[in-house]
Formats: sequence, C-alpha cells, structure tokens
Amino acid sequence: MSDQKFKVTIDNITVEVAPGTTILNAARMIGGDVTPPAMCYYSKLEGSGGKCRTCLVEVSKGSEKDPRPMPKLVASCRTTVMDGMEVKNITSPKVLDARKGVVEMLLINHPLDCPVCDQAGECHLQDLSYEHGASGTRYEFDRRTFEKEDIGDYISLHMTRCILCYRCVFTADQLTNKREHGILERGDHAEISTLLGKSLDNEFIGNVIDVCPVGALTDKTFRFKNRVWFTKPVDAHRDCPTCSGKVRLWMRGDEVFRVTARKDQWGEVEEWICNDCRFHKKETKDWVIEGPSKIDRHSVISQGHYVGVKKQPVLIDKVIGKNPKLLLDIHKVSDVNRPEIELSKIEGPAHSDDFKPNK
Amino acid sequence: MKLLLEHAHVEGIRYYDTYRKNGGYRSVEKAFKMTPEEIVEEVKKSGLRGRGGAGFPTGMKWSFLAKPEGVPRHLVCNADESEPGTFKDRYLMEFIPHLLIEGLIVSSFALGSNATYIYIRGEYAWIVDILEQAIQEAKNNGWLGKNILNTGFDCEIYVQRGGGAYICGEETALIESLEGKRGNPRIKPPFPAIQGVWMRPTVVNNVETLAAVVPIINNGGEAYAKIGVGKSTGTKLLSVCGNVKKPGIYEIDMTQTVEEFIFSDEYCGGIANGKKLKACIPGGSSVPILPANLTLKTAKGEARYMNYESLADGGFATGSMMGSGGFIVLDDSQCVVRHTMTLARFYNHESCGQCSPCREGTGWMYKILKNIEYGKGKMSDIDLLWDIQRKIEGNTICPLGDAAAWPVAAAIRHFRDEFEWHVNNPDEAQQRNYGLAHYADPIHVPVTA
Repeated sequence: MSDQKFKVTIDNITVEVAPGTTILNAARMIGGDVTPPAMCYYSKLEGSGGKCRTCLVEVSKGSEKDPRPMPKLVASCRTTVMDGMEVKNITSPKVLDARKGVVEMLLINHPLDCPVCDQAGECHLQDLSYEHGASGTRYEFDRRTFEKEDIGDYISLHMTRCILCYRCVFTADQLTNKREHGILERGDHAEISTLLGKSLDNEFIGNVIDVCPVGALTDKTFRFKNRVWFTKPVDAHRDCPTCSGKVRLWMRGDEVFRVTARKDQWGEVEEWICNDCRFHKKETKDWVIEGPSKIDRHSVISQGHYVGVKKQPVLIDKVIGKNPKLLLDIHKVSDVNRPEIELSKIEGPAHSDDFKPNK
Repeated sequence: MKLLLEHAHVEGIRYYDTYRKNGGYRSVEKAFKMTPEEIVEEVKKSGLRGRGGAGFPTGMKWSFLAKPEGVPRHLVCNADESEPGTFKDRYLMEFIPHLLIEGLIVSSFALGSNATYIYIRGEYAWIVDILEQAIQEAKNNGWLGKNILNTGFDCEIYVQRGGGAYICGEETALIESLEGKRGNPRIKPPFPAIQGVWMRPTVVNNVETLAAVVPIINNGGEAYAKIGVGKSTGTKLLSVCGNVKKPGIYEIDMTQTVEEFIFSDEYCGGIANGKKLKACIPGGSSVPILPANLTLKTAKGEARYMNYESLADGGFATGSMMGSGGFIVLDDSQCVVRHTMTLARFYNHESCGQCSPCREGTGWMYKILKNIEYGKGKMSDIDLLWDIQRKIEGNTICPLGDAAAWPVAAAIRHFRDEFEWHVNNPDEAQQRNYGLAHYADPIHVPVTA
C-alpha cells in the first residue's frame, strides 16, 4: 500500500501523491498560483484547518470510481484526494468569487491598522487581501472592538485583529502541557482569552506568535521597535538546552531586533523554539550566525534581499480553459497599454488618443 | 391519524403504570424477539425520514453505522430543539416521555448501543427531571439496565443537558458538546456513523424519529409506510405558532393540503382576529418563507400539500422545505422586514464563530436589516444583502450558514417591494410597523370542514 500513488489533477496540472494527502498539500507540491491560500490550516498542527474557508476549491470530478462532482465547494485543507480527482482552483470562477467573499468577510471587522501593526509586512491577511480582495469595502458599520487584555510580559494580544483561526489554540494544546488560553463566547463576539486573566507563561508559548497569521499575537519585546522589512533576516543557532536553537534573527546593522523560528515558503515554522531563545537572547554574541536567510516566500519581507528566492513556476500555458484573473495578460484586455507604441516617439505628454488602434 | 399522540390525552400518561396499561413497551417485547438486523430492515421498509429537519431516511442512516469489532457504538438522541418555531419534541418529552424511552430502547437494541444519550436543550430544565423519572421507572420495571428481558442485552440511558446553544443541535457540534468540549461542528468526513462520540460509531436521531420507531415495530414497517404520501411516510408532528386561531401541536398524516391545514377547524382554525394570511414559514425559522399565494398553491397552480415533496416543490425559487415542522403563520399585520431582522439577529447570536463567512456575514446581514427596518436603509443595501447571503450559503462547515442565508434570500426573493417600501418610506415604516399588506390579497375562500 505504501507505494500506491493517487493521481490528482489541479487546474489541469496532474500530480501524483500518496493516499491521505489533502488537496491543499497536493497543490503545494505543484506550487505557484495553483496553491489555495490558507489562513487557518497549519500542516504542523493536528486538527487545524477548515475554518477560514479561504482554501475552498471546486471538485469537478470526485474520483475515477465515482466521477460525480462534489455539490459544494470544499475546504481543500481538510479534503483528502481520491484517485483521478479533478480539482479546479483558479480556473473556477465560482471559487474565485467565493474566495473574494471570504476575504471580504475576514476584513469587515479587521481594524486595518497595518501602519501601526508589528505584523505588517509578514501578515498573511495582507497578502491574501492583496491577491484576492477588493480595493474598497461595502461595510459601513462600526467595527467590533474588545476590551484590551494583558496576557503576560512577552505576548501582546490584539483581539480586534484576530481572525479566529484557532492556530494558537492548537499550538498550546499540542506543544505545551497545559493550555491556558482558548476561545470564549461564540459567533462574531468570540474572543481569544485566558481563564480569569491568567498570563501565558509556558516556556514554548512564544510559538503562538509565529503561528498567528495576523497581528493578533505579537512579540512584546519587539513592539514598535522596527518595521519587519527594514530588518534583515539572518539564520543563526545556539546550543539551547530546551529547544533546537535554530532560529532566524532579524537584524539591523549589528543589532538583533527580533528572534523568530525559521519559516518555510508557506509561512510555517520549521522547528519550534523556546521562550528563552525568542525573548532573552537579543545580543549578537549569543548566537552563531550561519548567514542570510533564504526567504522563499513571495512577500514584502524578501524585498531588497532576494537571496535564493525560488522562482515561481510558470504555469500559464498549463492552466488553460478559463482565463484566471491572476494570470491575466494586461495587453490582451487593454486597448490603452499597447507595447508596440514607443513612448519616446510621442510628442508631448501621452494622450489616450495616441493609443487608439487606428493610429 | 394519530400514532405518536394516540394516548396523549390520557390522564397520567406521563407515568409508567398508565403508559403500560395503554399498550406501552409492547414494541420492546416484540423487538427483543427479532434480530437487530430485522429491526433495521423494518425501519428501512417503513420509509421513515429524519424528523429533525433534513429528512434523511432513518433506515439508511442506521445501516451506514460502522460495526468494528470490540468498539462500542452509541445512539444519541438529539433533544436540543432550538429552532425558533419548533416545539414538538418538548411536547413529546414533557407529556409522553415513556414513548421516547421506549423508542430509545428498541433503537439501542437495533444499533447495539449499550450507552445511549439524550442530549437535551439546557432551557428544557424541567423536562430533564421528567425524563430522568421516566428512565428510573423504566429501570425499576426491568426495561433498562443489565440483561433486559433475559436477552443478555444491557442498556443505560443518560440525560445530558446542553448549555443553551442553537449550534449544539447540529449533530457533530452536539457530539463535541456531549464530549465536554466547545460545541463547534466538526468537519465531515468522517461522519458520525464512522467516528462520532469519543471517536466511536454513533447515530444521532431526533426525538420524534426515535419515538416513531415504536409504532413502526408495533404495526410493522409496511403498515407505517402505507400512511402518508409517496416518500413522505408515516405521521409528522407540527408545532404551529403565529397568527392562527389554534396554535399548538398537530399530528398529521401528510395528506392534507396546506389550505386545509391552516383554515379547517380540525387544525389551525384559520387566521386569528379576522385577518388575512400574508406569509408562512412551513418548517422552522431556517427554511424559506413563502407568500400567501405560494403557500397554498405551487408555482404550477396545483394545491400544495403538507409533505416533504410538495412543500419543496419548485425548489427554493417558489418552494420551501418541511424542515423540522415549525409551522409559522404570519398575518397581514406582520412586517416581513422586521421578521427577517429578528431571524438574522438570532443567527448572528447563535453562529459558533468557526467559519469566517458565517461568523462575519450573519452579523453584517443583521446590521443592514436593522438599518432598513429603522428607516436608515439604502436601495443598494437590498442587493448587498443578497450578495452576502450568496457568499455565506454553501461555504461553511455546518448547515447553520445555509440556515442563516435562506430566510434572508427568500424574504428578498418574494417580498422585495416590501424592502423597497421600507427604504422609500422610512418615516411611515417606523410608525406602522407592518410593512405592505397587499401580499395577503390573493387569498382563497377558506375550506369548509
């Protein structure tokens, strides 16, 4: 059974995966735009996923044995592949429409305080709304607010920014001995909170900062110190008695501003680190520097230092059928932007008349 | 035709002695002479459909139950009846608790469940005592406990109170809550028939479904299937509320027309206070609302009957659903916008908060509807509402998202000019809070009983 492989076709690209793989993980093997975004799923956390609904995909063919399409869009992070399954992600207008709806829903109560948010620059919600969201909002009511709660000396909780992905709850459940925080209340007044205002002080609890896709849980020792894109990520390690000690330092000059775990191209932590490494070792002499980090993620944090950035595979020829919006060629739809017209030959400032097809 | 409520009028039917004298627990005696497979087969033959709302065939659900060696199986009775407008299970449990216990014993035997749970809504606090008393009585008389009727089958029934959340009526959320966790619906698959309570195979059935097992075993599945029409077999309890002369619980055999049900004296007795029928929600708050003309007749002009198929005739465009049997009638002094706002508030309050579209969308819809209702709405809000409900429906883990979207969708679909009237006449809309009455105009002469 172990060498059995299932063939699954995602956006017309076929890949062979082991049975039990989810659609999302199969799509990650292909990479590029075919991969659905995931806000709540975290491959290292058991039971996570299925909640944010950004990874919805259309299953146009169930399997080789049962070719019926699935009636509803499914969460790709929790649906396992079947042999011969055909999935539509960016080639399905239904999926793109639903995803746009989900992004809008995620943003209506989000404070959009990115200019003062420490997560800005490495925020998954920012990336998601940039890729899939609308430019304006149709929401005209007061955004929901919460009373500020202090959950300890190291972690700062901004409940208004939370998208209730439950990642931090799973992290505390699976990484620490005793979970001290969880979701209280329900619906749109649900909030992350600790029992009777306790503080989070497990020695691995700092990892909730890394798993948080938005700025709801941020590092108090880095609070308002710097913007993440001004700091340079450097891989380093130390001989730590509690954790692996393999971390990423965010430096500016010789100064260590922040210590985080190393993250892979999906923004997921590779190895969990302890609070001691994260919050207390902020001197260059504490660490053995390995060299600049390779940022695989296509994001603003790799701006200016594209060391070893993996080039996104070019898939446009393979993703035939519907013209996906993300891969649209502007010259095909716009009359104005015509590359054959040389701007230097136009006298004076360019006018739309200069781009008319008959000219 | 009365099967479940046959002895409901007998004084003292709540207590074991009276219940037994009126033919109670006969089905257990009969069932224990059959094999579990025969009971499941009998239920399959009866064509019984789940009475909780979705109408899934019960026999089929039972046959899906996984039976791995050495793993206990469980039967869970869903008594978390929280849908606005539905109160049929409360009546059954409060007045004839032994009927449910009897159905549970037979079903537990059929499914091999030695520990059976009744998950009851927290607000039904006094019924917990009634059920526990009934369970104790059944135990004292040898219908529960170890080695029932010397067959070697052990069964215990436990009553578990919920904390008052609507979402815990969803079967996987109910299971989570029963396990002592936060009542968030699980992602399916795995279905409860494979991994339910404590990851063991579980069947979750509604109170009325389990009670209906009793007449099925007593009279045989085929006799039960003869009652009713087509795939809507047996009898259905309906809880009628709203502006009718005689609200309450009715047991019907699903052969009546909606017109007969609303207007004849045998059932609801017509609209109260000499008003006219404006709209009707035939199956509990989450099913689409229908205007008067579509309530009584299908889009094809045929009479609409009180059964699963006829009420759903025309799909959601011109039909509705049988749902859980919460029959809500609105007269011409009721405002559909206000009514929809009330429902939207309910779903906003009861969303569990897992899926983003439902968590955020229900609150958004409520706020927009509140604006429209209080004269602050814009014409574009109506289209926005439509778009929001479309983005919620079908994109969530559990059916609560759908349940929140359908009433709003149907209200806009059938009563759009009432919404527009609210936008155009904000002052008037606030003064006389009943919207447009003309929907009640195409009314029929009541059927003479």
